Amino acid sequence: MEQNKQLTLVLGVIGADVHAVGNRILEYALTEAGFKVVNIGVMASQEEFINAAVETNADAILVSSLYGHGEIDCRGLREKAIEAGIGHIKMYVGGNLVVGKQDWQEVEKRFINMGFDRAYPPGTMPQEAIDDIVKDFGITQKC
Amino acid sequence: MELALLIDFGSTYTKVTAVDVAAAELIATARGITTVETNILEGLGQALEQIKPHFGGVLPDFTHRLACSSAAGGLRMVAIGLVKELTVEAARQAALGAGARILGVYAQQLSHSEIEQIDALCPDIILLAGGTDGGNKEVIIHNAKMLAACQRATTFVVAGNKSAADEVRQILVQAGKDVRVTANVLPELNKLNVEPARDTIRQTFLEKIVEAKGLRRAESYLQGILMPTPAAVLQAAKLLAEGNEEEKGWGDLLIVDLGGATTDVHSIAEGYPTKSGVTYKGLPEPYAKRTVEGDLGMRVSSLSLLETVGSRKLAAISGLGEQTIQEYIHTVHDQVETLPQTAEQWQIDTAMAKAATDLAVERHSGILETMWTPMGAIHVQHGKDLTEVPYLIGTGGVIVKHPNPKEILQEALYKPEQPTVLRPQKAKLMLDQEYILAAVGLLAEVRPTAALRLAKKYIRPLD
Repeated sequence: MEQNKQLTLVLGVIGADVHAVGNRILEYALTEAGFKVVNIGVMASQEEFINAAVETNADAILVSSLYGHGEIDCRGLREKAIEAGIGHIKMYVGGNLVVGKQDWQEVEKRFINMGFDRAYPPGTMPQEAIDDIVKDFGITQKC
Repeated sequence: MELALLIDFGSTYTKVTAVDVAAAELIATARGITTVETNILEGLGQALEQIKPHFGGVLPDFTHRLACSSAAGGLRMVAIGLVKELTVEAARQAALGAGARILGVYAQQLSHSEIEQIDALCPDIILLAGGTDGGNKEVIIHNAKMLAACQRATTFVVAGNKSAADEVRQILVQAGKDVRVTANVLPELNKLNVEPARDTIRQTFLEKIVEAKGLRRAESYLQGILMPTPAAVLQAAKLLAEGNEEEKGWGDLLIVDLGGATTDVHSIAEGYPTKSGVTYKGLPEPYAKRTVEGDLGMRVSSLSLLETVGSRKLAAISGLGEQTIQEYIHTVHDQVETLPQTAEQWQIDTAMAKAATDLAVERHSGILETMWTPMGAIHVQHGKDLTEVPYLIGTGGVIVKHPNPKEILQEALYKPEQPTVLRPQKAKLMLDQEYILAAVGLLAEVRPTAALRLAKKYIRPLD
């Protein structure tokens, strides 16, 4: 990473989802990668993501969802961010976002249309998202 | 003999407490009418006159002469932050814990009309927070620029994003303001840090507010006005709960202070979930927490109590007619020194006290929320879980003077019909019958062990 700028990421599991293990693993991986991680934990509401991002002046919001209700929980997040004055913040989402076996290309499109910059299917390794974030912000990693 | 004179300059009465420090014994208590408009020493003199007989007609040379004050409006503050649920709430908690009366709370970027409002409120101190450390800087800087235009000569305590603190200080200093910068009340999103702001507020109170309230004159007789009265009560509560190296404390506790203008609730407890499978949500709560209900008071705020609770409920509690209740409440509002005389008046006062206690503790306590997920029901806790708190202490005029204080204090306990409100379930009910808590908080400044023994001796179980 660049010497002078450490990216701040707000991380959390959205909705009524209580999957805490993946959240911890992500926090660990992202911190190791040199980001400042603001982990708001499980069962986080859209407002909590937005408030955390406003107060910490975050660069990106990372949403995960594992219980299949991601689509309902994420809808309107971008609009709320715009309302809160952080409309341009980067947003990433990943996990078991929908119920049942659905075509991933379709699902991804839906989340991109919802205002996310990137969406990740089940089974994505943290490194993939880390590489994307580094690329999206045009920064060079420390090692 | 080591003697201490402990004084509470209240808005109506000046209360004095004389204590034998070594024996941790109360020698005498008395009160005079507070005379802040003329000379604060007059009311004090009246009270001292009353305790003279206990010393053979001559006042002794007290080793410690300490005072707290809520006279002349107490410590009046405005709290400003960024996000309502985050830094605004943290700032509010810091101000309440410092013993302040909160006149207004503001979030986000201040507007010109809000600056006018703040000016009109005429606060003693403006607490300016916003942004976690390294987080948002723009809003607190914007707010500092706006506040620079404030007309009133107010002191600013800045407790926001440390990366913006220097700039904020500069903006306000250039505008000729008195500025104190302290640590952020919310350095990280899940880390509340209200102590440094509380200390700075208290220091400001000592240096400036005492002077502004005309209390400086009393200082020549005293060793100083140490703190606002609610801060003294919170200090006493903390000492009584924690103890010190020499003497053990009681452990977690809750205090209900039922007054004429407000009902204060203090809790000394971490308040973590006591049941398994409960997830904590939201901003962490301060271990020593104070809430103030400005709409629940027995005299000055009796009309708002009537409005909040409703005459129907008061009628149900007291068994009297709504008309009678309304008339009495209007009377005590207009003549705040009224004390109940008839059995009927006692019934109404009791009903008011019960309703105020009930609601104030409900607002102070945490709640459990059940959320339905694809995996079944999940319990989420907001605020403090006080169900296991072992002690509940009642204080304030109406509780202390009531023939059956237990009846009132019981209203603070867990209610089966409100299973989600995390009130104390099996707390031992205690009474501050000598009205000693503020004095204990003062004495704790110089003789903590004696103060603790005094509290343990005179706060007695209600059975």
